[in-house]
Amino acid sequence: MSNRIKSKLQEDKKLLSIYFTAGYPSLNDTVQIIQDLEKNDVDMIEIGLPFSDPLADGPTIQESSTHALKNGMTTELLFDQLKDIRKSVSIPLIIMGYFNPMLQYGVEAFCKKCHEIGIDGLIMPDLPLDVYQSDYEAIFKKYGLLNIFLITPQTSDQRIHQIDKASDGFIYMVSSASVTGSKSGFGQEQENYFERVAAMNLKNTQIVGFGIKDAETFKQATKTAKGAIIGSAFIKHLTANGITKIADFINKIR
Amino acid sequence: MNYNADEKGYYGEFGGAFIPEMLYPNVEELRANYLKIMYEDSFQEEFNQLLKDYVGRPSPLYFAKRLSEKHGCKIYLKREDLNHTGAHKINNTIGQILMAQKLGKTRIIAETGAGQHGVATATVCALMGLECIVYMGEIDIARQAPNVARMKMLGAEVRPAKSGSRTLKDATNEAIRDWINNPVDTHYIIGSAIGPHPYPDMVTRFQSVISEEIKWQLKEKEGRENPDYVVACIGGGSNAAGTYYHFLHEPEVGIIAVEAAGKGVNSGESAATSALGKVGIIHGCKTMLMQTPDGQITEPYSISAGLDYPGVGPMHSHLYKTGRAEFYSATDDEAMAAGLELTQLEGIIPAIETGHAFAIFAHKKFKKDDVVVISLSGRGDKDLNTYIDYFKLA
Repeated sequence: MSNRIKSKLQEDKKLLSIYFTAGYPSLNDTVQIIQDLEKNDVDMIEIGLPFSDPLADGPTIQESSTHALKNGMTTELLFDQLKDIRKSVSIPLIIMGYFNPMLQYGVEAFCKKCHEIGIDGLIMPDLPLDVYQSDYEAIFKKYGLLNIFLITPQTSDQRIHQIDKASDGFIYMVSSASVTGSKSGFGQEQENYFERVAAMNLKNTQIVGFGIKDAETFKQATKTAKGAIIGSAFIKHLTANGITKIADFINKIR
Repeated sequence: MNYNADEKGYYGEFGGAFIPEMLYPNVEELRANYLKIMYEDSFQEEFNQLLKDYVGRPSPLYFAKRLSEKHGCKIYLKREDLNHTGAHKINNTIGQILMAQKLGKTRIIAETGAGQHGVATATVCALMGLECIVYMGEIDIARQAPNVARMKMLGAEVRPAKSGSRTLKDATNEAIRDWINNPVDTHYIIGSAIGPHPYPDMVTRFQSVISEEIKWQLKEKEGRENPDYVVACIGGGSNAAGTYYHFLHEPEVGIIAVEAAGKGVNSGESAATSALGKVGIIHGCKTMLMQTPDGQITEPYSISAGLDYPGVGPMHSHLYKTGRAEFYSATDDEAMAAGLELTQLEGIIPAIETGHAFAIFAHKKFKKDDVVVISLSGRGDKDLNTYIDYFKLA
């Protein structure tokens, strides 16, 4: 079977991807949130595996992660919650987390479990390109998992080409020099960067993340990119409204 | 066996650079340039001049007569406590501020636990006229008030880290986030032998002036360069790395590390990483780390803010794993008692971190002729409140 992410990227539309932290607001909300997101025409989901020390995240995701861990979320429990997810959900699912919990679970065991569940890809921001290629690429491929790499406005053209070559699926284009959830709106600097990357004719499409929170920023981000990822803004919505009003949030985006 | 970092920053299986792409340009720029810059004649000249005239190096190697009599061996103290700002930390910040200038950086960030590294960073920023922001855990801000005041007086901004255990680990997280948010003009001066490559190696090289001096100083006093043992306390492990450096490949020199056991290694309130840790990733490097079976980093505890860290530098993980170093841990009580003993026998009030190194005598018996060099990494002025409370001196 071809990877669901790759099929989705073929669709003739701008993609909306949503990130949430597994185990937040309540420990067992995971499946309900995923089902509701699909029902509301979200294209792709990033399931956040919470980590105690999320270096690339701002206060919102730090807090949701801390909360999820206090609720009792673990790697094993997340896999258990997701074991029947493919009976009800068909959009691409990505697990986003930090490398240490994966390393402790065992990289191969983790990938195998993802494959059994029907996870399509992984985003591990602190697993660097060279370590991935030398130690883990064969394992990811064996289990049909796409590894999604990040680029930022500071990433050199040469490095972007190197990442493009190593990528399969899409490139996660971090919108600005920031941790998650910390910038409001996009300026000229971002637009120049989006255009610079668009002009590079990369083999992988790009999906923009960090700083997207509403219809306007979604539209700006997807002017040149294939799609955009919303994380912190969605977590804030869950914090304020619980999990019963997911449609309200998604319908405001597009 | 090689105990130094290889080209990719690995000490055996430990080290490397496990960083998000956002940090890659900065860390890569440093990695590609640090050795070249560091060993330029002009850099060495300026570095050595500042160590001599500003820091007050060489720091004395002092024969501690009464302590030696008490413990039945020949004890020498490497007096890093006499450095400007009161600890070994300044050796590294002098080196890194010069490095930052060569790289054209104008804004400096740092993390601090006990505040010694924060003060040392704020000091060199004042010296060079650079903007300085120091991240410090909220808990540590409360227990190290004099150092907070010193940093502010030196013109630094002290930003509290309010997440997690609100100590050194969280201050480091916040500093890393700041660097992600400010990737162009900022240099991050890491204070310990931790972090992504090239930090552990760079910090170790700047601190290696300690063991370099011990060699010639001991030669003058004992007629030989190599002691039987070198002893240092370890949190992240920068004073230890500098104390061991020139002895790593001298097999007749025993290397001893003393970690903080807090209220006891198995009390659940401890920072004894070698005893309690497992291999994992923290702050950009692979090393021994206190964590849950699920890979969540656990909250350490020690009475000393500078040792209150759940990991240890990758060089030290390698020394532990290969058996090159003997690892011990001292409880709060043992460290405080050792600090008081040093004060009353030699008239030197050590930092509580340093007190852990002196607690070695509660754990290991040395032979009469053994020459034991202990890194007296910092002075205890900053800890007076803790000493006063603990010994009910007020």
